[in-house]
Amino acid sequence: MGVSLVRRPVLLEVSDLALAFGGVTAFAEVGFQVREGEICALIGPNGAGKSSLLNVINGLYRPQRGAVRLGGSSRALRRPQAAAHAGVARTFQNLALFKGMSVLDNVLTGRGRHRRASWLEQALGLGRAPAEERAQREIAEWALDFLHLRPWRDALVGTLPYGLQKRVELARALAAEPRLLLLDEPMAGMNAGEKQELSGYIRDINRERGVTVVLIEHDIQVVMQLADHVVVLDYGRLIADGAPAAVRNDPAVIAAYLGTRH
Amino acid sequence: MAFFLEVLLGGLLAGVMYALVALGFVLIYRASGVFNFAQGAMLLFAALTYVSLVERGLPGWLALLSTLGVMVLLAVAVERTVLRPLVNRSPLVLFMATLGLAYFIEGAAQALWGAQVHGLDLGIEDSPLEVGELLLSTFDLFAAAVAAVLVIGLSLLFDRTRLGISLRAVADDPLAAQAVGIRLPRIWVLVWAVAGCVGLVAGLLWGARLGVQFSLSLIVLKALPVLIIGSFSSVTGAIVGGLLIGASEKLAEVYLGPLIGGGLENWFPYAFALVFLLIRPVGLFGEPTVERV
Repeated sequence: MGVSLVRRPVLLEVSDLALAFGGVTAFAEVGFQVREGEICALIGPNGAGKSSLLNVINGLYRPQRGAVRLGGSSRALRRPQAAAHAGVARTFQNLALFKGMSVLDNVLTGRGRHRRASWLEQALGLGRAPAEERAQREIAEWALDFLHLRPWRDALVGTLPYGLQKRVELARALAAEPRLLLLDEPMAGMNAGEKQELSGYIRDINRERGVTVVLIEHDIQVVMQLADHVVVLDYGRLIADGAPAAVRNDPAVIAAYLGTRH
Repeated sequence: MAFFLEVLLGGLLAGVMYALVALGFVLIYRASGVFNFAQGAMLLFAALTYVSLVERGLPGWLALLSTLGVMVLLAVAVERTVLRPLVNRSPLVLFMATLGLAYFIEGAAQALWGAQVHGLDLGIEDSPLEVGELLLSTFDLFAAAVAAVLVIGLSLLFDRTRLGISLRAVADDPLAAQAVGIRLPRIWVLVWAVAGCVGLVAGLLWGARLGVQFSLSLIVLKALPVLIIGSFSSVTGAIVGGLLIGASEKLAEVYLGPLIGGGLENWFPYAFALVFLLIRPVGLFGEPTVERV
């Protein structure tokens, strides 16, 4: 599988990226490529700069150096709103859901970038609005079905358990029909069974919908099963970039995770 | 009985005037979860701009259009200079910013148009109208009609368009809203512009009643009990809250006044709101917040 992916065009290109908060460097000299249709895992010890990297990719943080390109363009990723409209959807480590809104409404907010009807058309129910409204709902409902969230469709998100909230966030990102899906520790706090289930969903999204995925994950087992491509960060440096099997045996990676033998 | 009805209807119509003021607050509260202290100042600024333009010889419709334009410009300026730099800050920070904004707008209004009281004639006769046995004020009926049009327009905008869901999303979590692609600046400009226009309508009607003067910005305080009773986040709530306050304060004045002394109107709404805070703090139309702990 890794072989066929190499021929695909590059979707996301990160080059010579550096980010610092005041005098503290989050990461520096980070560069890698993600090809279309790939599942790329971003791994590394806590504090390695993984989440900050995702935040730069979808425009929440501005890097001090370097560039991020989506399909060759770097303009699309300057702000989170722009990134969303360019087809980058994401989930957050600590969840960023609208807790006072129903599951369906949360998922519907993901559809903003696909709306074309003007406010006047929408207010009066004319022109493109009714058909568009129907289409938006259909896709939102489809996303709910895809992630088996139907029983909680009308529940307020704030009342749901953590695992389900994570799934709602994924459904919202999925409803955006993204080109690139960024997942920040989608399996944190889950047991082995739940992780298997979510891995299945992510693989389905990737295979069936052709969505390119970049995810941060700590569970090496899951990463080795799921990812086509692994990027390893340690103390803000990129220490490995390649196929899972190659990365697993890389001495620098083993040292970062287990410590060096003295 | 006829007297009771007359007092009740008079109160309800007065309540419409309160509701008009409260509407402006609801809009901004829905978009940012913040009580916009500057709403009163915006209302004053709008009314003052209109009156001053008319006094300088502009025809009424042109003055109205120009003032609407000015309120839109004000919204753009507020978004650029106040809201954008404070994005993702706590509601309390934003509230303090609106407090400062209130003084700024009032000062600007004074610097631009001077501090004297202006009379405002909208060309609506404030004569009593006989309906059956009841005497009603034409002006109040006109205000009620204007309020009805505003509410219908706002409901269409909020309930039928993606703006409604975007507003709730922005108020709930601005960061998440940005991440799903909601364009915060656009939403904010729109909401502040609409709130400014609602402020203009309320300012004109109140200005025609009381004269356009600086104490106009104090009707903010009249809107507070309305919002507490109706809810800060619901258009319907603002209307129902306004009607309740209007009717209850007039009835209290007429029927309780002789027993416990006059001037009841001035404090009754606040006492009423206080009781509401104890029983249903989110207001009649507010949604109780849920938190999983």
